[in-house]
Amino acid sequence: MNESTNGPAKIRLENLVKRFPGQAKPAVDSLSMEIPEGEIVILVGPSGCGKTTTMKMINRLIEPTSGRIFLEDEDVTKVDADQLRRRIGYVIQQIGLFPHMTIAQNIATVPRMLGWKRDRIAARVDELLETVGMDPATYRGRYPKELSGGQRQRIGVARAMSADPDVMLMDEPFGAIDPITRDRLQNEFLRLQAEMKKTIIFVTHDIDEAIKMGDRIAILREGSHIAQFDTPEQILVHPADDFVADFIGRGASLKRLGLSRVHDIELSEWPTVREDASRSEALRVIEGSDKSSALVLDSANRPRRWVAAEHLRRAGEEPLGSIGLPTDAVVQPHATLSDALNEMLTARYSCAIVVGNDGAYLGIVDIDTINDAMRSMRSVERGRMRDRLIGEDDHATEVGE
Amino acid sequence: MTFLEYLETRQEHLLELTIEHIVIVVEAIVIATVIGLVLGILTYQTRRPREIVLAITGTFLTIPSLALFGLFIVWIGLGTAPVLIALVMYALLPIVRNTIVGLREVDPSVVESAQGMGMNRVQRLLRIELPLAWPVVIAGMRVSTLVVLGIAAIGAYINGPGLGNDIFTGLARIGTSTAVYVVLGGMLGILILAVLFDLLYVLIFRLTTSRGLR
Ligand SMILES: Nc1ncnc2c1ncn2[C@@H]1O[C@H](COP(=O)(O)OP(=O)(O)OP(=O)(O)O)[C@@H](O)[C@H]1O
Ligand SMILES: [Mg+2]
Repeated sequence: MNESTNGPAKIRLENLVKRFPGQAKPAVDSLSMEIPEGEIVILVGPSGCGKTTTMKMINRLIEPTSGRIFLEDEDVTKVDADQLRRRIGYVIQQIGLFPHMTIAQNIATVPRMLGWKRDRIAARVDELLETVGMDPATYRGRYPKELSGGQRQRIGVARAMSADPDVMLMDEPFGAIDPITRDRLQNEFLRLQAEMKKTIIFVTHDIDEAIKMGDRIAILREGSHIAQFDTPEQILVHPADDFVADFIGRGASLKRLGLSRVHDIELSEWPTVREDASRSEALRVIEGSDKSSALVLDSANRPRRWVAAEHLRRAGEEPLGSIGLPTDAVVQPHATLSDALNEMLTARYSCAIVVGNDGAYLGIVDIDTINDAMRSMRSVERGRMRDRLIGEDDHATEVGE
Repeated sequence: MTFLEYLETRQEHLLELTIEHIVIVVEAIVIATVIGLVLGILTYQTRRPREIVLAITGTFLTIPSLALFGLFIVWIGLGTAPVLIALVMYALLPIVRNTIVGLREVDPSVVESAQGMGMNRVQRLLRIELPLAWPVVIAGMRVSTLVVLGIAAIGAYINGPGLGNDIFTGLARIGTSTAVYVVLGGMLGILILAVLFDLLYVLIFRLTTSRGLR
């Protein structure tokens, strides 16, 4: 139906309107969108644009003024709200753990309401605590006030996943925590999602979080009007209008580097020499290249030292492995290009060395590599854009017939 | 005869009055708690009814007890029943008010997350809101108990049970040799009960309040 979605729509919003009593303008004004199964869809937009309201209408904490919501093609605006909510995991903006219940009891809330057996609940609680990286024996008997902010946030997420809902609504789930912990939680969550493949609507203020977490991002303006609903790549490369461009901010190109990983791009070559080679051999290697230094590898192909021509010309009998300079700026293939760029900027030879999981040398990333990557990214996107336009034309002619 | 000797000779009688006193106070508090919780739960979310309930129960507390008991002789008669009704009236305000305050102080995000997980209105109230408001409700019960302990003594004026009987008997015989001892005995009993009830509330608080709230 909609060209922009690959899989079948899991959630479909149709002309959703919410007008709070006594307000001139609706908080959500005729929103229609499709959320594909198994994807994380991010809602971002300025404060007060209706993100939370939109999300709460999906689990009917707020009843829509008009419009319809379909969950797997079932119109849920008519079903029993409490039953519906037990099928949808919900993480609210303020976490909202029950302070008088232990962590285990908090997580067990929905399974208990669903009438699970005691053993099954206990096993599930432990499993979820493991999943969010907290030791069950240590934490299951604690109370929320005995946890740190980040731990509480994890329990909030664990609690929402307790009955294994295939749909989750997450309202700024990693909001009030420091950037480092947040980054870790985001990574853990992405790792989980790779296995779980849940359909997730995720609200955030933070465009960087949106780009990192989203399969698709909906940038909303006031009244939940969609400014652009697309993949992070598309939004970064082709912001639909000035509003979107402003929202992404100036650093769009740099942000795009956070989307590609080192293993996605073609690595550059650098002259290399084995550590048991002679100095004259090393000198030949350097002179035969356009670089001023060579990378010394050990017998397992792991980078050891940088040696430059001037090191080699200096008198001495030490082997290659102990002259020159130590290697720095080493990255692994799953690092993002923005990580690599960061390393590169502080590195001695303005390049980052890429090694495999076993530490063996694979190649290097330098500024040219990154430039090429960005250029090809742009042309791929342009190609995709063209395909889409052609696709729409086909569609139009079909309709015309 | 010293006061101690007096206490010793009247041991059994004093114990009997003390038990009567405890019984009527506990009855009054239990009834007031049930009524107070119901009124609190019914009105905490709506402004007008809430104000009305607080105004009425507040007025009860300002009626002089002797006047109320006097009126009750006319309307209800003598004995335990009118005393119990009066004590419940006096115990209501602290309990209703604390129930309302406690329920209104519950963090809305906690209630919303409960609702978002599919708890219905009754489940939310019983599993989330009341347990969270409970420490505040207990504090109200504690105040009510202290108020009612003293007023119960005046109930003897209309033939109610408890330690007030000795206080009134003694006061009527002031001038005779043991009259002061009789009055003091009744007062001492109430004082001791006040301390014991306070300890009881500490215990009840520990037993019925989640460790997560302390
Ligand atoms: N219960 C309510 N009654 C009246 N107006 C409301 C209510 N809830 C939200 N609004 C209004 O609706 C609009 C959208 O609010 P909403 O909470 O959805 O914004 P949001 O996008 O989630 O903002 P934020 O990023 O700050 O969380 C706001 O103008 C808000 O004032
Ligand atoms: Mg919000």
